[in-house]
Amino acid sequence: MTWKQLFTSSIGKKVLMALTGFFLIIYLLVHASINAMIFYDDGGVKFDAAASFMLHNYFIRFLEIGLFAVFILHIIQGLLLWKQNRDARKIKYEKQNFPREIKWYSRYMGWLGTFLLLFLVMHLSHFWASTKNELYFHGDQVNLYDKMREVFTDPLWFTLYMIGLVSLLLHLLQGFQSAFQTFGINHKRWTPVIRCIGIFYSIAICILFALMPIAFMAGWLQ
Amino acid sequence: MEHYNMNLTLKVWRQKDENSRGRFETYEVKDISSEMSFLEMFDVLNERLVQENKEPIVFDHDCREGICGACSMYVDGRAHGPWQKNTVCQLHMRAYKDGDTIVVEPWRSASFPVVKDLMVDRKAFDRIIQAGGFVSVNTGNAPDANVIAIDKAKSDEAFDAAACIGCGACVAACPNGSAMLFVSAKVSQLALLPQGDPERRTRVMNMVQQMDKEGFGNCGNIYNCEAECPKGISVKNIARMNREFLGASLSSEV
Amino acid sequence: MALDAKIPAGKLDQKWNDYKDHVSLVSPANKRKLEVIVIGTGLAGASAAATLGELGYQVKSFCFQDSPRRAHSIAAQGGINAAKNYQNDGDSVFRLFYETVKGGDYRSREGNVYRLAQVSGNIIDQCVAQGVPFAREYGGLLSNRSFGGTQVQRTFYAAGQTGQQLLLGAYSALERQVSLGNVTMYSRHEMLDIVKIDGAARGIIARNLVTGKLERYFGHAVLICSGGYGNVFYLSTNAMGSNVTAAWKSHKKGAYFANPCYTQIHPTCIPVTGDHQSKLTLMSESLRNDGRIWVPKNKGEKRKAIDIPQEDRDYYLERRYPAFGNLVPRDVASRAAKERCDAGYGVGTTKMAVYLDFADAIKRYGKVEVHKRGLNDESAETISKLGKEVVAAKYGNLFEMYEKITGENPYEVPMRIYPAVHYTMGGLWVDYELMTNVPGLYALGEANFSDHGANRLGASALMQGLADGYFVIPYTLGNYMAGQIRTNAIPTTHTAFEEAENAVKERIEKLMSIKGTESVENFHKRLGKIMWEKCGMARNEKGLTEAIEEIKALRKEFWENVKVPGGIFEMNPELDKAGRVADFLELGELMCKDALNRKESCGGHFREESQTSEGEALRNDEEFSYVAAWEYTENNEILHKEELHFELAKPSQRSYK
Repeated sequence: MTWKQLFTSSIGKKVLMALTGFFLIIYLLVHASINAMIFYDDGGVKFDAAASFMLHNYFIRFLEIGLFAVFILHIIQGLLLWKQNRDARKIKYEKQNFPREIKWYSRYMGWLGTFLLLFLVMHLSHFWASTKNELYFHGDQVNLYDKMREVFTDPLWFTLYMIGLVSLLLHLLQGFQSAFQTFGINHKRWTPVIRCIGIFYSIAICILFALMPIAFMAGWLQ
Repeated sequence: MEHYNMNLTLKVWRQKDENSRGRFETYEVKDISSEMSFLEMFDVLNERLVQENKEPIVFDHDCREGICGACSMYVDGRAHGPWQKNTVCQLHMRAYKDGDTIVVEPWRSASFPVVKDLMVDRKAFDRIIQAGGFVSVNTGNAPDANVIAIDKAKSDEAFDAAACIGCGACVAACPNGSAMLFVSAKVSQLALLPQGDPERRTRVMNMVQQMDKEGFGNCGNIYNCEAECPKGISVKNIARMNREFLGASLSSEV
Repeated sequence: MALDAKIPAGKLDQKWNDYKDHVSLVSPANKRKLEVIVIGTGLAGASAAATLGELGYQVKSFCFQDSPRRAHSIAAQGGINAAKNYQNDGDSVFRLFYETVKGGDYRSREGNVYRLAQVSGNIIDQCVAQGVPFAREYGGLLSNRSFGGTQVQRTFYAAGQTGQQLLLGAYSALERQVSLGNVTMYSRHEMLDIVKIDGAARGIIARNLVTGKLERYFGHAVLICSGGYGNVFYLSTNAMGSNVTAAWKSHKKGAYFANPCYTQIHPTCIPVTGDHQSKLTLMSESLRNDGRIWVPKNKGEKRKAIDIPQEDRDYYLERRYPAFGNLVPRDVASRAAKERCDAGYGVGTTKMAVYLDFADAIKRYGKVEVHKRGLNDESAETISKLGKEVVAAKYGNLFEMYEKITGENPYEVPMRIYPAVHYTMGGLWVDYELMTNVPGLYALGEANFSDHGANRLGASALMQGLADGYFVIPYTLGNYMAGQIRTNAIPTTHTAFEEAENAVKERIEKLMSIKGTESVENFHKRLGKIMWEKCGMARNEKGLTEAIEEIKALRKEFWENVKVPGGIFEMNPELDKAGRVADFLELGELMCKDALNRKESCGGHFREESQTSEGEALRNDEEFSYVAAWEYTENNEILHKEELHFELAKPSQRSYK
């Protein structure tokens, strides 16, 4: 079986989704840890220092390209799968019910992913495009901490970020354990453990992210 | 068991043939006994339609004891109806009460074209089996049955996978229209047994390729297939197939 | 025509080996030019088609279902016999042979049965090699259980789904040959006639059930593997689609129909609840290993089963047959149930049922478990809980099925059961080579008559189907095909094909043109009622004579008043059913005629005129030790007799007391 055959097969595509998904899960961890530096409550000094390091380190910049590639792969593949799955059932059911044990959000990974894509566009324009813009065209860097405060104290952005994080939570809840199943790991003893870790991770990471806008909005951070 | 009679409203999908457009038709059925099976209720309705010079509703069914896998109705949004681990031929009317409305549709999958009304064509499954769902052993080649001892736990697991009746409920119930549960059940059965070992790599690759060719959707690990499978085939089999497939394709030299 | 069974000379245990040593062979190059048509994809059909494909013949395989995997062999629950003697309990080929002949009440052919017992072991080997997951012991070797009518453990099984696992094994072998191009599969096709050229079977006319078009297929030989005809009774444990059409068309084209009156009524089925019922469901015979069958001692008993004390219960099988008790053969158990119900001791709303009770087994197993686990707690609840677990492990799927159908929990209240039509021992007459009297026309599995005599033992149907398909036909067909290598494929434009197609077309058009007032289903129900009442578990001269007249009248009415909706050139299950019921209406009459002719009781055929003073079946070997093979003619069925000779299994009155 050639590489092409492998990665164009249904299972290969899923494996690609799982691999990229895993990478993104790890990335989220890094992202959240660095952002959590705002909670030093030092007016963003440590946080901005860290951001500046990330912005100027070439290795990190190189990784950033990889990160984008992974994002794009995950998104495009996801959309393609979504399309294929819709084509697999041309006439929809008049009525479709699911037993209680089927998590409703597991059926909406496509929709959730699309929300996240929109969220991502907004998020990148807030924090990525503006930094890059300043860096390349104006030679100096934006103060990210101030930018965060500016965005998160705006009720509209605040609400959209909250919605985005709920989508992320649901996407992760399904995605985390799903990736393990795709890799072929389903074990009587270990799968419940993996599920617990997945739930813990998804909730923890989303709460951590959510605390950032909330902290600014509530005025805990200045 | 107390039994009772009921009147029901049925909304049934009618479609003349594969290329025609289908639509729902509504039927009132009266005095249905709670002791009837769901298909016997359809028999009663069909008998009436014949008397009224109308065409009876076509649906697949044969053994009516939940093992042949022919029956295939999507009842009120559930494959094989509301009972779990059950085929629609074994669904009994005591699941309903007087005045209920029931929507009955065929399996909906681009890979299972409608033959007529509620009857679909599941030859795609046969073709997947043709791609590798067997052990290549000609009659007469076999050594004595007890030559190879097989771990009972593994053998039992193989049996659980082999219990698949090939009805297609997994495809019908899957929001993505994926056939992974069906395919993985056969792959697992033969991967778990030493007899299936010599061909296990080519088998899984060929069967998955054929499955993709048939145009089924992709597994989203939603697990509605397992929930709706009349034989309770586990999604562990899907994980096993993923594993087998990855192992086989990564180590394959062609 | 004289009936020559072509049994090879020599000692019984050498016949098959001698035959194989001297049979004509066909070279691989010639096999590629020879075409075989196989009708039906059950155990016999699928295994035959697969094996012949492996040998290199060009096979065309037909089934009316959407996939070959749906054939009704799939529903067999209990198991498959084989003389492996893995349990070291004294089993042997001879014993399996002997018990099968005895169980068949000395109405089967010794030569065929001996061969069946001989190849039984190979079947298990073959199935295991295919990946059939039979039940195993902890040591990893195959497990066996005993089955009704035997005293050794020789039954191999896969939970309560043995038939399914065996069929899927044969189906996968068949699909493998399809992928290799050796077999062409025609599903949703129904065979509607045999085409004969110069006296030999040369092809079929089949109807594509999706398009409704008639299609012609040529074959150097035609194999009928279409199962039994139990659905002539309307209510039976057969699948809804099971039918006699392929066998009956063969019969009308000259093949003799043997022993049509031999039907097996299975003792443990879920009783009929009402008129709406379309089929009956079997509860595996294996349940009788642990369940005790009883009825109340008092007529008109009003108490619930669990409230009836031991002294008011009549365990009638244990009472009448102390040696075998609840494990007597099927025919004996069925008649005993009927006797009790007819005498007014039946239970349930219809009073046509007896109890099958697991309370004692639960208690017994529970106690064993308490000891095994070294528990001090011997309370009734613990025993009952543990006992139920053991019973669930053994019969869980059957108990679930019972509960689904009846809504009652058999762990708590006894099951209600009643006999139902299950299997037909009669079928197309075949010789030792499984060929009918029409050259090139073969019959395998339940569709033939040869191995089970007047009664089939449990777990023997699967054995016979697979023996015929995997191990017998590959040799015997070669013997015929060796003479066919100079016959080129005959084009289906031949006049014989045309005539056959026209006849089929006319019949279909006739059915469609009647446009009467009564549905096919109704005619079928009415036929079933006549058959069940007058040609069912007990038969007598008066009833049978009446039945023949009634069926004739019903048949006439059918052809004047049947109502078939829809059109010809579309999927039309009503039309398919009409054709099948029309054939049942002819077969039913022959069954009654055969039953009337056989003025003795043997196996599943019980003539009330022929019984002992204790009400047991009484055979008459002097006059009836023969196979009744019926020849179809325009106006009448003509009886031919094949005398049965017993070398090793000397007939004796069966006794299970």
